[in-house]
Amino acid sequence: MKNFLTSLRDFFVSLKLTVVLLVFGMLLVFAATLDQVNLGVWAVQAKYFRSFIIYSHVGSVSFPVFPGGYVVGGLLLINLVAAHLYRFSLSWRKAGIFLAHFGLILLLVGELLSGLWQKDFHLRLAEGESKNYAESFRDNELVVIDTTDAKFDDVVAIPENVLARKTSIQHPKLPFRLVTKTYYPNSLLQRRTPAMSAVPEQATAGFGTDIVAAPQPLTYKEDERNLPTALIEIAAPDQSLGTWLVSTQLVMPQEFDYAGRHWQISLRVKRAYQPFTLTLVKFSHDVYAGTDIPKNFSSRLRLTTPDGREDREVLIYMNNPLRYAGLTFYQAGFENNDRTTILQVVRNPSWLMPYVACGLMTAGLLLQFGIHLGGFVAKRRAKATASQPAAATGARPATT
Amino acid sequence: MKKYFSALVVLAAVVGVAVSLRSPRNPGEFDVVAFSRLPTLVNGRVKPLDTVARTSLLMLQGRQRVTTADGASLTPAEWLLDMLYRPATANDYQVFEIVHPDVLALLNLSAEDGAGKKRFSIHQFAKNLGELDRQAKLADDAENAARTPFQSAVIQLRDGVILYQRLQNSLVDASGDDFLGQLAKLEQTLPAALQALWAQRAGQPHDPAGPAFLLEISKTLTSIESFSYLRPIPPAKVDSVDWQTAGTAWSEAIASGKIPAAAHAYAALGRAWHDRDAITFNEAVRSFRRSLDEQMPATMRKCDVEARFGSAEPFYTAMMLYVLAFLLAVFSWLKWPDALGGAAFGLVAVAFVVATAGILTRMWLEARPPVTNLYSSALFVGWGAVALCLVLEYFYRNAIGSVAAGLIGFATLLIAHHLALGGDTMEMMRAVLDSNFWLGTHVVTITVGYAATFLAGFLALIYIVRGALTSSLDKPTADTLVRMIYGIVCFATLFSFAGTVLGGIWADQSWGRFWGWDPKENGALIIVVWNAIILHARWGGLVRQRGLAVLAVFGNIVTAWSWFGVNMLGVGLHSYGFTQAAFWWLTVFVASQLAVIAIAAAPLAKWRSFRATAA
Repeated sequence: MKNFLTSLRDFFVSLKLTVVLLVFGMLLVFAATLDQVNLGVWAVQAKYFRSFIIYSHVGSVSFPVFPGGYVVGGLLLINLVAAHLYRFSLSWRKAGIFLAHFGLILLLVGELLSGLWQKDFHLRLAEGESKNYAESFRDNELVVIDTTDAKFDDVVAIPENVLARKTSIQHPKLPFRLVTKTYYPNSLLQRRTPAMSAVPEQATAGFGTDIVAAPQPLTYKEDERNLPTALIEIAAPDQSLGTWLVSTQLVMPQEFDYAGRHWQISLRVKRAYQPFTLTLVKFSHDVYAGTDIPKNFSSRLRLTTPDGREDREVLIYMNNPLRYAGLTFYQAGFENNDRTTILQVVRNPSWLMPYVACGLMTAGLLLQFGIHLGGFVAKRRAKATASQPAAATGARPATT
Repeated sequence: MKKYFSALVVLAAVVGVAVSLRSPRNPGEFDVVAFSRLPTLVNGRVKPLDTVARTSLLMLQGRQRVTTADGASLTPAEWLLDMLYRPATANDYQVFEIVHPDVLALLNLSAEDGAGKKRFSIHQFAKNLGELDRQAKLADDAENAARTPFQSAVIQLRDGVILYQRLQNSLVDASGDDFLGQLAKLEQTLPAALQALWAQRAGQPHDPAGPAFLLEISKTLTSIESFSYLRPIPPAKVDSVDWQTAGTAWSEAIASGKIPAAAHAYAALGRAWHDRDAITFNEAVRSFRRSLDEQMPATMRKCDVEARFGSAEPFYTAMMLYVLAFLLAVFSWLKWPDALGGAAFGLVAVAFVVATAGILTRMWLEARPPVTNLYSSALFVGWGAVALCLVLEYFYRNAIGSVAAGLIGFATLLIAHHLALGGDTMEMMRAVLDSNFWLGTHVVTITVGYAATFLAGFLALIYIVRGALTSSLDKPTADTLVRMIYGIVCFATLFSFAGTVLGGIWADQSWGRFWGWDPKENGALIIVVWNAIILHARWGGLVRQRGLAVLAVFGNIVTAWSWFGVNMLGVGLHSYGFTQAAFWWLTVFVASQLAVIAIAAAPLAKWRSFRATAA
């Protein structure tokens, strides 16, 4: 038993394990980079880095092929911590190595945290338009809104992945159940024509009765998004309120009345509300004289909070984002003949960790290699003094 | 003799450099040099016409020299003058490089008709331009990465023809006859013609010939306006960037009745060049130059330096010196180690000074840190590696540093030369890159990291090739070489790590996230991880001398992939600088490195150097 523990310890503190894990890490990053051509950067992150095992699919069978980022990174973390606890000794010669690796531990933990906590949204604003929410890049949500009261809306939002399970959803705020009959993660909508009379009717209520939805293959391109469609039956205890076709391609919400209240239902891009409002004052797109080469993009915005404490203009341009209320807004794009700006919105509570980690690592490496270099120079100097008589007689010094 | 050999070699190199730097002389009676220094705005940057001529020729035919049918050779500026003012003559110069056999067939050309079997004049394929355009349009629809070599060649040639035609239509209407005569008439009759035009509009009696002429020439000017490649007419206000095309300037002159001095000067130069009147030409170019000197002295100084820089071709000089240094250093291992080794060291130092001066000049001209695009990264990788080699050679004096310097210096400048074929290497920075602070810190540091990783790899190449294939690697030299590799790997780790981190900080500052798994970021990360692998394998006793060398050679592949391979994927935020021909070279490079690794895999007893010691 003791023997086993010793060998386990030796395994986890060994430099061989470090090298093997680093090689695995490198292969992982390399494969992930190549696969971006097929999957795009988001899907690659989920498949390679935010996973325990990477599966390969042949037909419908999937089998594990490679450890994922969590396994490689996690083992590296264990290896690092174990090795340094085991070998730790307080001395100048080791200080650099220790500092650099402690920084690395922080960096790995920081990356794990930002993977878990970081959220990306985008905010599209036309000139003059105001919004107090940002929208997700990839996620959608089914919303059922009680609009009976003119003063406020009562929104129930159901994430898309709940729809994907195709179960019956009962929410305490809703006097009816929502039953997902069909769910297409990506789809194409067509207006029903007489030629399509053979296609069975999908929706029984709302404007979905005129529409035929067809599933489409998922897209991973960075400039395209999936357009899901779902057929939802609204089932009240006493009656069925019909099957409704909802899709992110339908701009207008569909409305119905039940139990004396007025309701809206729609599938829309997932929103993240902010405690402040941004209004686009002006978007500018400068180019170098006589060319199309962009020189600068900038958005002048008005930032206001409901309590009236903030009411000021801010300017976002390249390499100069707006940081406010834990969010970072940066200039990501534009459309609509330079009249609409697209801002990327990032929430990353652990943003400071890489800075600290990298500072420690750089200092550690400088110290470590500085000590090396110092030793090297001192050795040479000693050698040079020793070989001076030889130099005087014409032999070449310093050939080694 | 041996004693003075190295001093003589270095002296000869310095003299050679000095000769390359002397002011260019006029090839004939015309003051072409003064013309070549005149400023123009192209692609957002004010540059001398000399640069326009050189980069256009590089884009069209891959070299700067033009040879006429009767064997005479033209300077780039002379060629440009003929392009601008004597388009019919210029159309007979063979300046289009066409090598793809299918493209030759498409244009009904055979290689034998071309100068050097590959250069053709536009005259030779003018009647097939329609078909070229059609094929290029078909190829446009294919995505860049999916194009066949034929499609890429067609598009490249079509783009070359467009550049050529736009250049020809910058100052005159290349398709019309005697446009310069028309401009002369316009200058003489403008006041009278304008008066007639106003009279016509007011319904008063007038000579109808004047307004008719204005209408006629305005049409031509509009077409020049839309085609023109150059914007040679300086803005009226000093600090404005609003340089105009000649067409716009003349159109506005017709509206206002006032002819800008620059438009007048270019028309006068054109007539003199066209009529082969050197005296008038020289007077016109000098008086125009004087007025520009008063108007914008700083711009003119920059143009002078840039034109001088263009004709001196410092990187070409440095490249030749690196080759010489490499040869001398290699021979020093066989004979006369002191004399040849010393000469090689001296040549590397001279080449380094020349390359440094070249990079500094570029930095001053652009007002930018040294690395701004792929081209300048190639210059800087070579520069950084050679600087490290000089340090190594200074300490060790065993010619290894000189061999590595010659090899890397030459290779990186050759890469740079091929990257320059894409156009002007001093480009304006796209919005997100427009930050001298981050270009100066992140980009420089990471490029030094590339340079050091390559240097470690090249030192390891020397170790393997010398050790396995020759018997010249004795034990002390082998130990020294390995110590050098190890030291450089440490250096490379530090710089590639610091550079990657600075990149992360830039990304966080501008995009709100430290790390996004973007291909270029991953490439940098892989270099850091690979250097860490080498160090840990060494510390853990997993590799000794040969293993270290093999790992360091593989570092060449890793670095080459991060530097160029990543860009070829064509995805991600950093994917600027996609080059298809580079893919082939990258494959060749990777294959060569794998071959060296295969050689290293031979048992040590079979290595020629170690077989001797073992026996």
